[in-house]
Amino acid sequence: MTIEQQADKKLSDMPDEKGHFGQYGGMFVPETLMEPLDELNQAYIKYFQDPEFLAELDNDLANYVGRPSPLYFAERWSRELGGAKIYLKREDLNHTGAHKVNNTVGQMLLAKRMGKTRIIAETGAGQHGVATATVAARLGLECVVYMGAEDIQRQALNVYRMKLLGARVVSVESGSRTLKDALNEAMRDWVTNIDNTFYIIGTAAGPHPYPVMVRDFQAVIGREAKEQSMQHEGRLPDALVACIGGGSNAIGLFYPFVDDLDVSMYGVEAAGHGLETGEHAAPLCAGKPGVLHGNRTYLMEDRHGQIIPTHSVSAGLDYPGVGPEHSWLKDIGRANYVSVTDEEALRGFHDLTKIEGIMPALESSHAIAYVTKLAPTMDNDQIIIANLSGRGDKDIHTVATIDGIEF
Amino acid sequence: MSRIKGCFAQLKENNKKALIPYVATGDPNPEITLDLMHAMVESGADIIELGVPFSDPMADGPVIQKASERALIYGTSLTDVLAIVKSFRTTNNETPVVIMGYLNPIEVMGYETFAKTAGESGVDGVLTVDIPPEEADTYIPALRKYDLDPIFLLSPTTTKERMQIICQHASGFVYYVSVKGVTGTSALNTDGVAKRLEVIKEVTDLPVGVGFGIKNAGTAAAVGQVAEAVVVGSALVNLVEKNAHSLSNEEGNKKTIKEISQVLSSMRSAMDA
Repeated sequence: MTIEQQADKKLSDMPDEKGHFGQYGGMFVPETLMEPLDELNQAYIKYFQDPEFLAELDNDLANYVGRPSPLYFAERWSRELGGAKIYLKREDLNHTGAHKVNNTVGQMLLAKRMGKTRIIAETGAGQHGVATATVAARLGLECVVYMGAEDIQRQALNVYRMKLLGARVVSVESGSRTLKDALNEAMRDWVTNIDNTFYIIGTAAGPHPYPVMVRDFQAVIGREAKEQSMQHEGRLPDALVACIGGGSNAIGLFYPFVDDLDVSMYGVEAAGHGLETGEHAAPLCAGKPGVLHGNRTYLMEDRHGQIIPTHSVSAGLDYPGVGPEHSWLKDIGRANYVSVTDEEALRGFHDLTKIEGIMPALESSHAIAYVTKLAPTMDNDQIIIANLSGRGDKDIHTVATIDGIEF
Repeated sequence: MSRIKGCFAQLKENNKKALIPYVATGDPNPEITLDLMHAMVESGADIIELGVPFSDPMADGPVIQKASERALIYGTSLTDVLAIVKSFRTTNNETPVVIMGYLNPIEVMGYETFAKTAGESGVDGVLTVDIPPEEADTYIPALRKYDLDPIFLLSPTTTKERMQIICQHASGFVYYVSVKGVTGTSALNTDGVAKRLEVIKEVTDLPVGVGFGIKNAGTAAAVGQVAEAVVVGSALVNLVEKNAHSLSNEEGNKKTIKEISQVLSSMRSAMDA
């Protein structure tokens, strides 16, 4: 289906009631999870129309997360690149340092209303794990975070943060020992402990209703950006840029603009060592549709349907799948999906740090790196909003090691 | 009549219950599976369930996860699994074979190609862990076209309404997952299972198999009292793992086949007693 054929329906009307975005999304899970997912979906539908719930959410976003996050005009960087005016949506200034907390605050309010007493989560870079441990600490709930053994090594700082917050971090030794395996393990925990456990998925993937629910909690990013763009410039931006692992920060920025067809959207995947090497994490750019983690979406897989190992310098993008809404936006041509390599992302990290005094997370550095390519192709009166989804403190050790520096 | 239906009809006539062993295909090496299948039949298996190795076995506990990983070292694929069933059929045309796995390898092969090849290879039933009937609009017709029985799971969380929907789409038998959890889980409450089976029986006339948590002859016999079929998986795969590392492939395979046969024989005797 193309955008034109979609004319009778707004793009923002997706998904259907079973969580399908065209052929993508859905509920591909073992039978034991069908009922708990239905229960979660009922709760999500009910409370998203409940003024009291929404007021509590707004209050938490304002006073605990610190929203709205600023839309910052990167004047010096725009001038250096010579082209479009670049604005940064400062999700790095949220409590806990990334966009992830928008979603964990929301899902935790649902968990509370559903009477769940135990919280579990998966994490890659550790940002979602920290954001989950944070909200669990606030409510005094037991919290278990699954994290690939590989990621535990490269994100030691966040592991310690989670422990300080009272969470138990479980090292996942199976499979490729990264984010996808952490997700498998969290699903196994959930299926075993569904009576008292709420599973907070951190990205806009997984079985329905997670992709739509996470999107709706993250859409505050795009709603604010839209309003702030009107305040600063009196009009909507020409282009949006965001990095994509599972795609939650990107869909959060994109969704409120999805019916504004004049606004271009660029999702930036991790090309790792380069798409041609096969060592990357770019299913939308170089993968095929398949079924993993409860939904149909673009995947990195071999010719027999086995999921293949991914590579990215950034743990948060190191995932072989992607949220199903992105797969659909790609197929209908509404959003563009591009990629940048580890090397380009690292250059973006250094550039923004030196030029604007803002240190981006390695994930967000992918979006930054793509802006350096896109902005010079645009006119001076055009506007880009790039999502600065997280801050880079957690990555200093990784960057230093790459630069050959030992502490 | 499908092999599965025929098998259950005959068992009923003889007042017996089905013993269904599960092993992962190609675990711990591709050479073992065909011999193991024949040995399991000789030891009293009525239906064989072959696991299709997958990189991300979300519903499986550590025992079967590791089985998948061992099989994938040799690259055992869905195509290989179907080829093994075809070889099995050259000397055994009676014992039903069910393959159990995850959807993605089947998606990649294509529903039509998969169902056609599986049917021609002599597969009788397909249990796809991560596709509920709600997502199977085109999948189930493809299986039916080649006379494959879609086997579905029922779980402790399945409502009666859902049971009705699932059983409308199922044939051969339905598989009751006896505990909330992943494969290889320890505790099994036989009384609780019996109560749930009463509800399932109100919904369907299909035979019911019970799996998850069946460890030994004792639990097999107890479950055989209340269900038409007993599925045993992790207890057998544990034996594969035990012999996989310490011995050469040939020696290990021999020992594994012998030990699995002994366990199945003891279950068979206990169930028939």
